Amino acid sequence: MDLRPTEAEEKFRHELRSWLSDAVPAHGTPPPRENWPARRAWDTGWQRKMFEAGWAGISWPQAFGGREASLIEQLIYYEEYARAKAPYVGVNFVGLLHGGPTLIVEGTDAQKEKHIEHILRGEQVWCQGFSEPSAGSDLASLRTRAERDGEQYVVNGHKIWTSFAQVADYCELLVRTDPEVRKHAGITWLIMPMDLPGIEVRPLPTLHGEGEFSEVFLDNVRIPVENRVGAENDGWRVTNVTLRFERGTAFAGEMYDLKRWLAEIAAEAQKVTDHGSRAWDDASLRREIGHLQADIDGLWNLLKLSIGQADESGVPAIGASAVKLFFTELKQRIGDMAMRVLGRAVLGRSDMAGMPVEYFSYEALQSLSMTIAAGSSQIQRKIIGERILGLPKDK
Amino acid sequence: MAFKLSDEQLELQRGFRDFVAGRFPIEKLGQLADGAKDATLWGELAEMGVFSLRLAEARGGLGLFHVDAALIFEELGRALVPGPVVWTHLAAGLIDGAATGETVVTGLDLTTNRHTPFVIEHLEDAGAVLVLKNDGVWRVDPSTIEATTVDVPLDPLTPVHHASRLPDGERIADAQAADALGLLGATLSSALMLGIAEATSDMGVAYAKERQQFDKPIGTFQAIKHMLADTFVRQELARAAVYAAAGTLDHPEVGDVATAVAEAKLVAGESAMKNCRTCVQVHGGMGYTWEVPVHYFLKRTWILESTFGSVDEHADRIAATFGG
Ligand SMILES: Cc1cc2nc3c(=O)[nH]c(=O)nc-3n(C[C@H](O)[C@H](O)[C@H](O)COP(=O)(O)OP(=O)(O)OC[C@H]3O[C@@H](n4cnc5c(N)ncnc54)[C@H](O)[C@@H]3O)c2cc1C
Repeated sequence: MDLRPTEAEEKFRHELRSWLSDAVPAHGTPPPRENWPARRAWDTGWQRKMFEAGWAGISWPQAFGGREASLIEQLIYYEEYARAKAPYVGVNFVGLLHGGPTLIVEGTDAQKEKHIEHILRGEQVWCQGFSEPSAGSDLASLRTRAERDGEQYVVNGHKIWTSFAQVADYCELLVRTDPEVRKHAGITWLIMPMDLPGIEVRPLPTLHGEGEFSEVFLDNVRIPVENRVGAENDGWRVTNVTLRFERGTAFAGEMYDLKRWLAEIAAEAQKVTDHGSRAWDDASLRREIGHLQADIDGLWNLLKLSIGQADESGVPAIGASAVKLFFTELKQRIGDMAMRVLGRAVLGRSDMAGMPVEYFSYEALQSLSMTIAAGSSQIQRKIIGERILGLPKDK
Repeated sequence: MAFKLSDEQLELQRGFRDFVAGRFPIEKLGQLADGAKDATLWGELAEMGVFSLRLAEARGGLGLFHVDAALIFEELGRALVPGPVVWTHLAAGLIDGAATGETVVTGLDLTTNRHTPFVIEHLEDAGAVLVLKNDGVWRVDPSTIEATTVDVPLDPLTPVHHASRLPDGERIADAQAADALGLLGATLSSALMLGIAEATSDMGVAYAKERQQFDKPIGTFQAIKHMLADTFVRQELARAAVYAAAGTLDHPEVGDVATAVAEAKLVAGESAMKNCRTCVQVHGGMGYTWEVPVHYFLKRTWILESTFGSVDEHADRIAATFGG
C-alpha cells in the first residue's frame, strides 16, 4: 500500500489536464436538454475530439484503439475529467460502456470490424434494449420473441426505458429464442440497427418532463443472424458480461463529481440568503455536510479498493455491487442537502435569486433514477447478501 | 499509487489474526467479564510488536508503517482484545517500558470537545497516564491522581475510574507532538472499530444462516438479508477510509492528513455502531442476553467512539474545511 503517485501517473495526469484545459472550453456550452439531435451532435463531437487526441476508450485495449490505461490511470482520468467539468459521456454511454466492451469480449471479427472503432470515434450511438414492461428486475423473464427464418431473426415485442433510443444507430437487444426452456436458457443477444423497418420509438417523458428514455415497439423486425453476439440461447451469459461492466467503473466519473457538487452546495449555503442569515449558520446542516464529505471520500477510496480486486479478465469484481449501492444512495442524500440549501427557491425549476436552481434540482431529481436503473438498490442488497455473504436464496 | 495491501501486509495481517484467534478466542470475553485474569496477554502482545512495530529497528521496533499498524489494530478490534492498546502504542518511544509491555500506559485526550468528566480507562494497571492537551503532551503519574473506581463499568472488560481533578504532571512533548498523537490515536481507534464492524457483520451472517424460523434460515428473509448486506457495505467503506488515513499518515504529501483521519474516525465509528446494532437485532432475544457476546462489541464501540473525537466532532471538523 503506497498512495504516492508514480512518475508515470503524474505524467499521465499532467498530459490529460493540459489537454482538457484547452479542449473543454473550446467545445462550448451544451445544447438544451430537450434537443436530442443537438445533444447527439454535441456528445459525439466531443467523443471524436477525445479520439483524435488519444483519450477515447480509456479502459479499452489498445488493439481496439483504446488507451488501455491501468485502473489507477482510469481513476486519475475520472478525477481530471470531473475537475475540468468535461462533457458527460451522454449518448455515447451505452456504446462505450456496454456495447463496445461486450463486442470486444464476445463479438465476431466482422462485428468488431463494423462497430468498435466507430463507437470510439463517436460515429455510432448505441442504446440498450433489455428491459420490458413485464421484465424489469427479473430481466430474464423477457418476452420479446425472435424466430429464425433462414438467415434472419424475425423479432416481435416491446422494450421500455430504452435510453437514447431516439438518437441511436444500434441497439443491444435481448430476445427470447427458446420459450420452452428455463427462462435464463432461452435468451439471445442481437445487434439491432435502429433504421430497420418495423421499429417504432415513442419517447416516454421522465419526471423531469423530458424524454431520456423511450418505449420501443418491434413489429416483425428482420435482423440478420450474423448480428447475433454469442451463441443462440447463450445471451444471458453475454448479458452478464455487460451488466458487470455497468456496475464497475461506469459511474466513476459521476462519483467523483459528487465531490464538486457538495463543494458547490457548501459554497451556496455560505451565501447570505434570508434576512442576513445563511443556511451555513445552521450547525446541523454543517454537520451533515461534514458527514457527506466523509462518505464521498470514503466512496472514492472504496472504488479504489474494489477495482484493485478486479479479475485479470478485466471484468470488474462483484464488490462493484457495494460501490453502486452506496454511491446511488449517497447521491440522493446529497440531493436532499442541495434542496435543503435552496429552500423555497426550488419551487421553480430555473435559476432564481442568483441560486443554481436548475442544476441542483436537476441533479437531485435525477438521483431518484439511480437506485432503480442498472439493478435497483434492493437487487444490489440481494446480490451482496447471496453472492458475497452466502445467505440462502429465497425461492 | 497502489491502493491495495502488499503480499507482505496480507501475510502480516493473516499471521496476526491467527495469533489473536488462538490466544484470545471469543469465549475469553465472558471469562474475563466473570472475573478471570489473563496476566500474560499484555507481554505477549508486546512481543508480537503491537506497541513497538512502528519504532525503528535500532530502537527495538520493527520499523513498520502506519498501514501495518492499522492492520494489526483491525485484528485487535475483531477479537475485542482488551486493555489500553492504543495509548500504550502511542507511548512507545515516549515513555520507558511502553514498547516492551513493561509499562502499561493509559491516557486522556483533552484536545477534543467532550473530555469531561475525566473518566480514565484501565487506570489500575497503568504505570503512566498520557494526557494530550493543546499545549503539548503531559505525563501524569497514576499515583498522584485522586480517582474513584466506577463499580460497574459499561464494558465489563474496560474498568474505569472517575477523577474530579487532573494533576498537571510533566510536559514531555510539544503541541505539535500532541496533535500528531491525537491523529494517530484516532486512526488506531478507527482500525479497532473496523475490526468490530467486520466481526459483528460476520457474527450476524453466521447466525442468520443457522437460526431457523418459519422452517427456513432467517437469512432467507429479505428484511434480514438486506440489513446484513448493509453491514458489508459499511464495513468495506470503513476499510477504505481507515486504510486511506493510515496511508496518508505514511505519506502526508498525498493528501490532507487531518481530514483523512477525521473521515476515517467518522466512517469507522458509524460503521461499527450500526453493525453492532444490526447484529443485536439479527440475534433476536439472544442478542439481548449477557451470554451472547454481541453486547461486548457494542459497548466497546461506545468507548472508542467517545475517544479521540466523536462522529459529530469529526463531522464538524470536516465541515470546517469548507471555510465560511
Ligand atoms: C433513468 C433510467 C434509464 C434506464 N435505461 C435503460 C436502458 O437504457 N435500457 C434498459 O434496458 N433499461 C433501462 N432502464 C430500466 C431499468 O433497468 C429498470 O428500471 C430496472 O431494471 C428495474 O425494473 P422495473 O423498473 O421494471 O422495476 P421492478 O423490477 O418492477 O421493481 C419495482 C420495485 O420492486 C423492487 N423489487 C423487484 N424485485 C425485487 C426482489 N427480488 N427483491 C426485492 N425487491 C424487488 C425493486 O427494487 C423496485 O423497488 C432504465 C431505468 C431508468 C430509471
